[in-house]
Amino acid sequence: MNTAGQKENKRQPLSEQKTPDAIQVKGLTVAYDDFILMKDVSFEVKEKEIFIIMGASGSGKSTLLKILTGLKAPAKGTVLIGGIDFWRSNSKVQKNIMSKNGILYQSGALFSSMTLAENIALPLQQYSDFSQKEIDELVHLKLALVGLEGFGDFYPSEISGGMKKRAGLARALALDPKIVYFDEPSAGLDPISSRLLDDLIIQINQNLGTTIVVVTHELESIFTIGTNSIFLDEELRTVTAQGNPRDLLRNPPNEKVRHFLTRTAGENEKNSK
Amino acid sequence: MKMEQAATRQIRYSLSESGLLEISFQGDFLHYEHLEELEEIQKLPETPLLKKIILKGEGIQKWDSTLLVILYDLAQKAGEKKIPVKTDNLPEGIQNLLNLALTVKRRPPETEEKKESFLTRWGEETLNKYAALKKGAAFTGTAFKSIGRFFTSSVVMRPVDFLFALQDCGYKALPIVAVISFMVGLIFGFVGSMQLKLFGAQIYVASLVAIAMVRVMGAVMTGIIMAGRTGASYAATIGTMQVNEEVDALKTMGIPVTDFLLLPRMLALMLTMPLLTVFSDLFGIMGGSVVGIFLLDLSPVEYWNYSINALNLKNFLIGVFHGFVFGCVIALCGCYYGIYCGKDADSVGKATTNAVVASIVWIIICTAIITVFCEVFGI
Ligand SMILES: Nc1ncnc2c1ncn2[C@@H]1O[C@H](COP(=O)(O)OP(=O)(O)OP(=O)(O)O)[C@@H](O)[C@H]1O
Ligand SMILES: [Mg+2]
Repeated sequence: MNTAGQKENKRQPLSEQKTPDAIQVKGLTVAYDDFILMKDVSFEVKEKEIFIIMGASGSGKSTLLKILTGLKAPAKGTVLIGGIDFWRSNSKVQKNIMSKNGILYQSGALFSSMTLAENIALPLQQYSDFSQKEIDELVHLKLALVGLEGFGDFYPSEISGGMKKRAGLARALALDPKIVYFDEPSAGLDPISSRLLDDLIIQINQNLGTTIVVVTHELESIFTIGTNSIFLDEELRTVTAQGNPRDLLRNPPNEKVRHFLTRTAGENEKNSK
Repeated sequence: MKMEQAATRQIRYSLSESGLLEISFQGDFLHYEHLEELEEIQKLPETPLLKKIILKGEGIQKWDSTLLVILYDLAQKAGEKKIPVKTDNLPEGIQNLLNLALTVKRRPPETEEKKESFLTRWGEETLNKYAALKKGAAFTGTAFKSIGRFFTSSVVMRPVDFLFALQDCGYKALPIVAVISFMVGLIFGFVGSMQLKLFGAQIYVASLVAIAMVRVMGAVMTGIIMAGRTGASYAATIGTMQVNEEVDALKTMGIPVTDFLLLPRMLALMLTMPLLTVFSDLFGIMGGSVVGIFLLDLSPVEYWNYSINALNLKNFLIGVFHGFVFGCVIALCGCYYGIYCGKDADSVGKATTNAVVASIVWIIICTAIITVFCEVFGI
């Protein structure tokens, strides 16, 4: 049943150990105006785990990420981040929580009018009282971490898509965040780059102790990096499976999850009869 | 029932007593769109007493999507009438593609067409406009709070952004402002002279042009030029940042978007617009003087003296104040539509258009308000 022959993920799912919750979502309803995208969504992300949000296109993964990162308010329910109810806090508390997030957007979202170094320096200037010299050194280090040493003076338009993503990651890591969110990190990358990015994610998780939340449909990535996951069903509009992706593959709780994780076309099989 | 075609291409069909329709295809079907044949075939499923259709295609040599479209249509029409279609004898490629196309897929959810009365729509439109106005007012409030913070405490604004904006709406805008203001002055002078000449009062062309330009027209012309030039560029730049998720990135970094994006641009326009207005006044007067000197044979010194005498500090300051207000209006409209831009390229275009239109409308509204205000208070 091991579809893609991935390396066995030897790390224990942290959910089975006693670690505090980094994120706790309870009874969430997500809506665009009258259109209810999902309801009764509840899950926890433990500290220091790599948490995957999976689901078909249009199931609302990116929207869920927006709610977790403070860009969109939920219609109902609570989001606790580090035990604090994010959406019922005042803006100062929200800002404080947001400053401990690092986010890698699908396109990198680098500021196009600034060089890579300036991009990475921006959050440092905003939230720390380092001197300019210290900031320069930190920027240098972060660029080296993602393999872009020496590209500090380049503008985003002068580098490739994969490099933009890595530069975006360097910026996300600028403030040593507690939680890093990734929206489809491997989309648009060649297999090698996407594999390297996965390795980078694991390195960050293990060496910096960062909690990581990843939205992805890349099965390879899901099995290589994920220690816990949820599956969003776009028809039932809620979470229909939760757990380590490898366990879900062994004992899929429903057909949809099995089709998703084994890459079989459940929908078409049914209909072409 | 038989139909003959050119030798290489043949479609035959026969209907048996028991309601069995056999259609056989032969030859090449490339760019196949023979309309008469097509209509003929498409009517076939409507034949009364039809029980089953058998498609035979052993003789098909070359084919492309145009044949597929016809078969797909046929199969769908037959499907609606619950008539089975046997495709086993078609080339395998056609069979597979047909199956793929005919497989029931998820369709987009059907939205109910709401039938609304004229009044409902009108009411809704009004409510929408009201909501938009409220949103705009809130945005303006945030912008001025941002400016307040700029003078009292610290804001997240990169000086280089401010300098860049200053350069863009400063000396780079001079040529176009000069040309257009000169022309407007010329037109004023010309139109005015035709009337004033009737009374032998052509020397007052100088005062007319000077007062009109300095008190309001210099500022309005500069405002309209800058709305099209700078306001549009603000909306497009910030709109593109929205599409690239850069605005999201700013927000999640906890950096106030108004501080970072609007403030440098607004400050730059607030600074340069009054200066550009003065510049425009000067060129307007120069344009008028061309008419005065060459058409009306006034001496340059005379013209200049009349212009200066017609003006007073009050008119000058009102003009400059107009410029200042228009600077705020252009920056606010440009940035507002940029920040509330959608997530695709199309929205950037819309944002740009809206920014320019809104800037110009608000420039005119502000001119009216200031004029009425001055009138009431006798300024
Ligand atoms: N701004 C919006 N306004 C209204 N509806 C929206 C908006 N953004 C997204 N949606 C709707 O929400 C649903 C989920 O979108 P979302 O981008 O969260 O999906 P996703 O799971 O990230 O999909 P993908 O894997 O393709 O990125 C879609 O059906 C979309 O139509
Ligand atoms: Mg998405």
